[in-house]
Amino acid sequence: MKKIESSLTNMVLVLTLVCVLVGSILAWVNSLTAAPIAQQKEQALAAGIKSVLNATDVTVSRVDTVSQSGDAGRDLTFVVYHATDASGRDLGAAVESTTGGFGGDLKVLVGFDSEGTILGYTLLEHAETPGLGAKADKWFQKDGKGSIIGKSPAEPLTVSKDGGQVNAITASTITSRAFLAAVNNAYNAFRHTPVDAATGATKQQK
Amino acid sequence: MSYIEILKNGIVKENPTFVLMLGMCPTLATTTSATNGMAMGLATMAVLICTNFVISLIKNVTPDKVRIPVFIVVIAAFVTILQMLIKAYLPDVDAALGLFIPLIVVNCIILGRAEAFAAKQSPVASLFDGIGIGLGFTLGLTLLGICREVLGSGSVFGFVLLPETYNILLFVLPPGAFITLGFLIAIVNKLKK
Repeated sequence: MKKIESSLTNMVLVLTLVCVLVGSILAWVNSLTAAPIAQQKEQALAAGIKSVLNATDVTVSRVDTVSQSGDAGRDLTFVVYHATDASGRDLGAAVESTTGGFGGDLKVLVGFDSEGTILGYTLLEHAETPGLGAKADKWFQKDGKGSIIGKSPAEPLTVSKDGGQVNAITASTITSRAFLAAVNNAYNAFRHTPVDAATGATKQQK
Repeated sequence: MSYIEILKNGIVKENPTFVLMLGMCPTLATTTSATNGMAMGLATMAVLICTNFVISLIKNVTPDKVRIPVFIVVIAAFVTILQMLIKAYLPDVDAALGLFIPLIVVNCIILGRAEAFAAKQSPVASLFDGIGIGLGFTLGLTLLGICREVLGSGSVFGFVLLPETYNILLFVLPPGAFITLGFLIAIVNKLKK
């Protein structure tokens, strides 16, 4: 078969045809995968809530979105998932909290019991340096070197370099500070949700 | 050229990482660990095989002056499809690789092979070229990832080999990528002589 010429008509026709064809294929694949993708996200969140609350049977009873204005005038949004077990006992809440880390936004999900003690945490999204800041997913866990499990951020948690009681990740103080700030913010959001306290926090029920 | 030769050509003679020096950006950025490097290599290979085949099929109906936009549209389509499928059915892979997959669109290996090989050869030969170059790229990235992970984090594929005191942080950071790549290219050139 001979190669077709580069005339204006040919070029316009081929390009248009290729784009239309590719566009429709993409639309078709998107319609196929949209539902499974949404389902995966929900499952990941549900699994995250279970793991940070250290419980196997969790029902999310109420979801609150708390907005606060941050230090730099940036609006911070927290999502608080209040959870109960099958018999309706209060398990506390899992709080989604975002701060600026070393490489980008650091989004954590922290689990608190009804007293505000940290039950567990998981990193939902981060862009920290692999091998350094990215170690935060293990470092602050129960067996990690800077465990925060069982602590309560009623007194804000800080790294030992800043006079606090948590060991920072080696060579990643910025990530550690950002992580602890996220945890402290999550605690405040969790504490202030039931009664709208005098911090200027505005509450929106979903 | 026989199909076996095309495969060998991609892995050894025209290895994209050590000989052609193509796709340096993902090579340097994603090889902080052996697993990351290998996963990036395999994802690129999957896209390369598909695009090489399709571009070779449509080479005669593509006017020369618009071939680059047409190739890019085809490449972007395959990458987007791959990303959607991974997100939907392989969430674990998505967690590890999600960020890197859109980068494949602008990986010059893919466009380079489309221009240099697929636009001139038969679809089946292009398929083999995709496999060969893909394997070569995966090999290069895995090797680089292993070296950086051993030196920087003291582990290979996540298995700890050396205690933390012996870790050299530099190798996990960007400068370590350049240094390691330079040494590997030097070693490969020495071995080839």
